[in-house]
Amino acid sequence: MAVLVLIDHEKGLLKQPSRSAIAAAAKLGEVHALVAGGEEAGAAAVAATKLPGVAKVLKVESAIYAHALAEPLAALLVTLAPGYTHLLAASTAVGKNVMPRVAALLDVQPISDIAEVIDADTFVRPIYAGNALATVKSSDAKKVITVRAASFDPVPAEGGAAPIEGIGDAGDTGVSRFVSAELSKSERPELTAARVVISGGRGMQNGDNFALIDPIAEKLGAAVGASRAAVDAGFVPNDYQVGQTGKIVAPELYVAIGISGAIQHLAGMKDSKVIVAINKDEEAPIFQVADYGLVADLFTALPELKAELERA
Amino acid sequence: MKLLVPVKRVVDYNVKVRVKSDQTGVELAGVKMAMNPFDEIAIEEAVRLKEKGVATEIVAISIGVTQCQETIRTALAMGADRGILVETEASPEPLAVAKILKAIAETEKPALIILGKQAIDDDMNATGQMLAALLGWPQGTFASKLAIEGGTATVTREVDGGLETIALTLPAIVTADLRLNEPRYASLPNIMKARKKPIAVMKPADLGVDPAPRLTTVKVTEPPKRLAGKKVGSVAELVEKLRNEAKVI
Repeated sequence: MAVLVLIDHEKGLLKQPSRSAIAAAAKLGEVHALVAGGEEAGAAAVAATKLPGVAKVLKVESAIYAHALAEPLAALLVTLAPGYTHLLAASTAVGKNVMPRVAALLDVQPISDIAEVIDADTFVRPIYAGNALATVKSSDAKKVITVRAASFDPVPAEGGAAPIEGIGDAGDTGVSRFVSAELSKSERPELTAARVVISGGRGMQNGDNFALIDPIAEKLGAAVGASRAAVDAGFVPNDYQVGQTGKIVAPELYVAIGISGAIQHLAGMKDSKVIVAINKDEEAPIFQVADYGLVADLFTALPELKAELERA
Repeated sequence: MKLLVPVKRVVDYNVKVRVKSDQTGVELAGVKMAMNPFDEIAIEEAVRLKEKGVATEIVAISIGVTQCQETIRTALAMGADRGILVETEASPEPLAVAKILKAIAETEKPALIILGKQAIDDDMNATGQMLAALLGWPQGTFASKLAIEGGTATVTREVDGGLETIALTLPAIVTADLRLNEPRYASLPNIMKARKKPIAVMKPADLGVDPAPRLTTVKVTEPPKRLAGKKVGSVAELVEKLRNEAKVI
């Protein structure tokens, strides 16, 4: 039997964490990708056919799935479940919302946010905000899993050529309705998918000063994040938040600017490959996890950094 | 309108947990325990709905060891009206918790159940969604705003890249994210009053639920330690190292 991956997509494009979910699924069996959505499902399904490792793309195009509401999407997955040993999705807002609902309908205990596949029944997942790693073995006949994208290198976007199979919808439950979305407008990559993340903390002093980070982020193709302290102080919106209660990121390069390094922040970024800290307090705990630390006033260091990057 | 709010007893969020040397779990002996922070937010939201006249009664439920009574008392001191303790030796998995809560919901018939979006111990982020599934109710997870009007709950959700608003037909499940509110501290008079509020005690078997786990913990280990690196003297040196040594820019 094969394994099924629910693809998270937006505006016809695949979200990168879904490519990490495909990489995790490939360790478990033949991978089928499920693309359910409204008018944009077609373009997303075509993009999914190109992912190496995907043997078949199941496409459902219906207004029912246009906003990825949990109730109809879970019902759809339940109808497909008999053909699969494992059902997976990336730990995105959609995956985390839908997969436990699917698990309960199948009388299965879900395995959330896996960081490693040991075998078909056994997985490693972080607990206590990543301060411990639990290896768990499931006795359920079918596994329902969300995948921690930061722990699996995504499969490439191109190289595969899977066929598309159109399937029917599983009906609408009629108890939930999409009203509106208010998405942050940004040309930059999403925090959880970016190769470079630059975050500002309380040391930024106010929201306007985040403009000092912008040109550097622009230059490095980086996403901009923030510590909870900066979010709580109202400098930037909550979706910037990196940490235990915000987003978990693991980019190639993480730059922490004016961030002291509270446990709650470290939990969200300590798996980054290279960590840089710029802080004027040389005792700041962030320096204990940083590969490169610079003790400096960020208001002089940031313009210098911008100039230095522009020079080469 | 009646509200149910499940509350979990977890290691206090200020405690740095330590993995046991025999790799069977994390050290819990002598560790400070507290209500799961997201559950505090759920209780606060329920109390605010009662203060607005939307809710009439709030029932706080906890599942686990006898000491979970303390967690329920905290909820009662914040403004819940009564408690239910479902006593078990260990802390059951989300699937069993959802089954227990479903059985309670079928007796209590609430219009809304508010839960924390996840517990900070097992980080499963599953119970609310699973309870919604078992009851056949709609779910508004990761809520940062909640409004109840007529038979509808309008929930603003924290999603990747922003906010999304959905409308749910009651009865429904809402799970609280960090932004939903800032929980109050219980006042001393309210803590005293909470001592007199009733807590019913039952067992999973009374509700027809077998709490046996589906997952076996093979081992619990410490994550690889990160070592502090080097200090650089200038921005120019930093950029040089990132280019030529780390090769990340």
